[in-house]
Amino acid sequence: MISQFFVLSQRGDNIVFRDYRGDVQKSSAEIFFRKVKFWKEDGDEEAPPVFNVDGVNYFHVKVVGLLFVATTRANVSPSLVLELLQRIARVIKDYLGVLNEDSFRKNFVLVYELLDEVIDFGYAQTTSTEVLKSSVFNEPIMVDAGRLPPLGPASIFMQGTKRMPGTAVTKSVVANEPGGRKREEIFVDIIEKISLTFSSSGYILTSEIDGTIQMKSFLTGNPEIRLALNEELSIGRSGRSIYGSRDYSGSSGSGPVILDDCNFHESVHLDSFDVDRTLTLVPPDGEFPVMNYRMTQEFKPPFRINTLIEEAGALKAEVILKIRAEFSPSVTANTIVVQMPLPTYTTRVSFELEPGAVGQMTDFKESNKRLEWGLKKAIFFHKSLKFETAEQNRWWIRSHASCEANILTGIAWYCNITKEAGPVSMTFTIPMYNTSRLQVKYLQIAKKSKTYNPYRWVRYVTQANSYVARI
Amino acid sequence: MAKRLHFSLPFSSTARAESNGTGNSNSNPKSNPNVDSKGEVSDLKMQLRQLAGSRAPGTDDSKRELFKKVISYMTIGIDVSSVFSEMVMCSATSDIVLKKMCYLYVGNYARYNPDLSLLTINFLQRDCKDEDPMIRGLALRSLCTLRVANLVEYLVGPLGSGLKDGNSYVRMVAAVGVLKLYHISSSTCMDADFPVTLKHLMLNDPDAQVVANCLCALQEIWSLEATASEEASREREVLLSKPVIYYLLNRIKEFSEWAQCIVLELLSKYAPADSNEIFDIMNLLEDRLQHANGAVVLATVKVFLQLTLSMTDTHQQVYERIKAPLLTQVSSGSPEQSYAVISHLHLLVMRAPILFSTNYKHFYCQYNEPFYVKKLKLEMLTAVANESNTYEIVTELCEYAANVDIPMARESIRAVGKIALQQYDVNAIVDRLLQFLEMEKDYVTAETLVLVKDLLRKYPQWSHDCIAVVGNISSKNVQEPKAKAALIWMLGEYAQDMQDAPYVLESLAENWDDEHSAEVRLHLLTAVLKCFLRRPPETQKALGAALAAGLSDFHQDVHDRALFYYRLLQYKVSVAERVVNPPKQAVSVFADTQSSEIKDRIFDEFNSLAVVYQKPSYMFTDKEHRGPFAFSEELGNLSIGAESAENIVSAQRVEANDQDLLLSTSEKEESRGPSNNGSAYSAPSYDSSAPLVDSHAQSELVSLDQTLPQAPQASSAFDDLLGLGFAVTPTPAASPPPLRLNAKAVLDPNTFQQKWRQLPVSVSQEGSITPQGVAALTTPQALLRHMQGHFIHCIASGGQAPNFKFFFFAQKAEESSTFLVECIINSSSCKVQIKIKADDQGTSHAFVALFQSALSSFGMS
Repeated sequence: MISQFFVLSQRGDNIVFRDYRGDVQKSSAEIFFRKVKFWKEDGDEEAPPVFNVDGVNYFHVKVVGLLFVATTRANVSPSLVLELLQRIARVIKDYLGVLNEDSFRKNFVLVYELLDEVIDFGYAQTTSTEVLKSSVFNEPIMVDAGRLPPLGPASIFMQGTKRMPGTAVTKSVVANEPGGRKREEIFVDIIEKISLTFSSSGYILTSEIDGTIQMKSFLTGNPEIRLALNEELSIGRSGRSIYGSRDYSGSSGSGPVILDDCNFHESVHLDSFDVDRTLTLVPPDGEFPVMNYRMTQEFKPPFRINTLIEEAGALKAEVILKIRAEFSPSVTANTIVVQMPLPTYTTRVSFELEPGAVGQMTDFKESNKRLEWGLKKAIFFHKSLKFETAEQNRWWIRSHASCEANILTGIAWYCNITKEAGPVSMTFTIPMYNTSRLQVKYLQIAKKSKTYNPYRWVRYVTQANSYVARI
Repeated sequence: MAKRLHFSLPFSSTARAESNGTGNSNSNPKSNPNVDSKGEVSDLKMQLRQLAGSRAPGTDDSKRELFKKVISYMTIGIDVSSVFSEMVMCSATSDIVLKKMCYLYVGNYARYNPDLSLLTINFLQRDCKDEDPMIRGLALRSLCTLRVANLVEYLVGPLGSGLKDGNSYVRMVAAVGVLKLYHISSSTCMDADFPVTLKHLMLNDPDAQVVANCLCALQEIWSLEATASEEASREREVLLSKPVIYYLLNRIKEFSEWAQCIVLELLSKYAPADSNEIFDIMNLLEDRLQHANGAVVLATVKVFLQLTLSMTDTHQQVYERIKAPLLTQVSSGSPEQSYAVISHLHLLVMRAPILFSTNYKHFYCQYNEPFYVKKLKLEMLTAVANESNTYEIVTELCEYAANVDIPMARESIRAVGKIALQQYDVNAIVDRLLQFLEMEKDYVTAETLVLVKDLLRKYPQWSHDCIAVVGNISSKNVQEPKAKAALIWMLGEYAQDMQDAPYVLESLAENWDDEHSAEVRLHLLTAVLKCFLRRPPETQKALGAALAAGLSDFHQDVHDRALFYYRLLQYKVSVAERVVNPPKQAVSVFADTQSSEIKDRIFDEFNSLAVVYQKPSYMFTDKEHRGPFAFSEELGNLSIGAESAENIVSAQRVEANDQDLLLSTSEKEESRGPSNNGSAYSAPSYDSSAPLVDSHAQSELVSLDQTLPQAPQASSAFDDLLGLGFAVTPTPAASPPPLRLNAKAVLDPNTFQQKWRQLPVSVSQEGSITPQGVAALTTPQALLRHMQGHFIHCIASGGQAPNFKFFFFAQKAEESSTFLVECIINSSSCKVQIKIKADDQGTSHAFVALFQSALSSFGMS
């Protein structure tokens, strides 16, 4: 059971504050914020999500820069409270469409109304948007989504390729469209986050895909839905060490998709899952994960990173970074950023991009001595390099930046420079691409009538979680 | 626009302070920092008053705007209690949104305006009879949140009818309402017999949320009542009885995910009769492990672990089974959720290190993870390291050590050191550690030096390789006190291997005043003396300087040590040699931070904060908040002898004292580094503090004993003084005299509790009881009388078939040395679990034999 719930802005003001049990002092928000802000003891950079001050336990999660906090004096389950905080954030987002400080402030009465129903006397009652709809009466006041920073992995769809309605992510589940009628539609997003580490010799040290099939339904009358996945899908790799023996033959092309493990939303029926890999569910309102999965099966990394560091004089070094895309040119990666920490004694860096490079930016962040190279969109040269002519189907983003590091304390630096710099890390988003090859083969909606044909959107996106190349 | 302005009011600390207080700041206008807001509040008051009587169209909309303003003030901490009566006047409306805002306001301020609250009772009571179930529910909820003691009489009626309401929403609210009433006035709640109604609802209501709320309410009420009433503690046991548990289990899928967690937590305390039952329950809950909600998964894991505790093989299978779902939880949620799950994985790994030894790569750190997750992952990596994976893990850790992120690099080096200390084959690790020293980064060198020192204390055979590298480090590049102390210790200890040790020490001694850390100065004194004893001519000058500086040191310990060395040298150099520089034994195991008992307790509290903090709940929680069925209450709740009520009070006092003791040790930890959070993590084997000093003192004492045979008595007296528990009895193992027990042993419950907590478990055994014994065990009392016949006395007993629990004690006939026994008997499986704690560990095995034989003769006569 929790005692209080509150949401703080980045500056530490209360946006909402709800006291459920009255056994924790009212100043808790202030105590909490001071503690989090000055969390430097022990050299830790960031306050852990759970800590205890004078017998009061403080839980917090960060969502879009806001702090969602719960307090209690009891010895409760930490995952329950942290999960609950995340869920509260999700419910509020379902209602408001957009979750940020502004929408919060405009709708705080609605938020209070939600909080009253979600938790009673510290006990979680329900976090289902579906159930809450019957007892929440405030109409959300919508904020303009256009100029808001993106949130969550699905937000890349906001940037709206023509095939997708840009409002999907920021649309409230409950508010009516301006026209008065709701559009019948359902979104299924397959979101995959890749964690991958290349060794200094380019060999893959670890790789993992964390995926979610996320659903957001705007269908009236809650029809039943069938979702069919790859038939050749197996779960669990019993008895075998996950990383021990690698099956390289399966790394590209077809073959079964092997998930290490997965879990499902409680609305999902798995009756026929073992037979034909279909999930049956009646989607509740709101956004929710149908299935989470985890995969360590070998996969083809979307990018390869090549780093070369060379000594170029007593106080100079040259870094050449190359990224190579390993997917078909029909797919475009966007918002690619490559970062690399440089030695602390670096004073100045100059960049040189390939001739003809468009939409790229380079920067040296003085404060943390970090090199940044951004590519708005991957530009593909539809030709192979001279020394790689054999492979026809390999496409390249070829581009390199070189930087000169002027070093002041030039003692024996060059044997150490690789230890003082790097590793190179990369973030990117690749829409309509998935690495695991897990697919939604079809999405069937139980028909109410012959004319009933709601919009169905099945979207894939791959993102870098931790994509690192050591040097 | 106006609203936005209000929001951007500067958040001055005084404005907050006002909200911190009772909220009754009207009496003290000066404390109000913001004249404007004061003015606005009175403006609001005026406007509300105008609207109160108005029936013009659009009134509700204007009211909504005003109400919003009031609530936004309330949120940011401006006191708006002065508009209470106006708000109440405006509450006559059919607009549900308005009603809700009004309820929220009233709930917040009623406590501080008990008189005005009476005004709200009328309209709330009316709303409780509204046609709309939503309004009935809302009104009832608000009525119960007023928290005004003298209004409780108005609550009983609406609550009673709420519990019988035809609508499940109202019943759901009413069930929690009963709990709220209990907290305002427990006697009113009990007198109205609400718990009985709740129990009935819990077992019959078609709506699962109503059932769940009844369960929550009953758990809280019975646990709080249990200390005072026998009946309540029986009722509490009923919640754990087979029919109730099965009833809840059969409906498990109807419950919301949050309610499932509550049921699962209750289930983890249930003791099934046999293994078939256990398997049935586990099969039923199997699919809960695939739930997307981590809280459900962890609650299920707890059930599985607790149920199979006594079934070793199945328990092991459970570990295998829960691995994949837990790892999925680590990677599918937010970093905060991962943190909670990894904390639990860490606990599991400590119990079964082999479990994740092949999955270690899951705990490699990602560059973008928050530090708190990385730190935990490093703990995991050290815990899973074994012969087969150490090389890979250490290689990975070395990458982090070279990282630009300094705190991360430090932690990684410490992790490498921890692994080195727990491995037998440290060959490769020592090389890597020495490479760290060559990286020439101050913080890396500092951390590494501390580790090399600990390593040498455990593996003196590596001294040659290490000293060669350490000798090259200039003491000027080492500034951190801990690292400097470690370097100085090595200079003293290996003075003969490091050529310029005397000169380095000399220059350090000459710059005595620049050294701010007393710890370093202490080490310097010792090191100089050690060096002197090996290389007198070269060190004489340094020794003189150090002793002179030490004698005039303002720090008491430094002064005393200098004086001590001085006198020792004056007395006889050879004695000084034997005292300060005797041959040392390698430390085989550095003292563990936590006793196994503490670890067991944390395990009992799986899926709670105890795991995250790595402390049992009694160390961080007030007694009344420990939650239902907390372990630490166990002793108090078992029927203690005859004088129960009195004992409970004093038992608490003992516990408080105890807690102080425990706290003081944990505070010690804290002063070394982190704070309230997981401080136990900073493994003390690296911080050269308490535990190390202990083991150090021990080994030195032993050698003292060896080298000064002429004074054996003195040394044994010494042992006793220090209470280190040395068995000084001459050759105790040779032929132990038969153990005789005192027939008239006495021990009061307080002492028992205290001892139970302080002593380590000396023997833990499983045994069996004869079927005849089981037959005779109709009541606990039968066994008590039997054991008393064998001079083993019972201090507390409890439980019901098939599980009984007893606490016994016995005393030796000739001295007042006590044995404490915890004995758990399962009468259906005839299994007995015995835990013995003894003042005199040496005779505890003899005692076990005696105890077992007494037990096995039970029911025979």
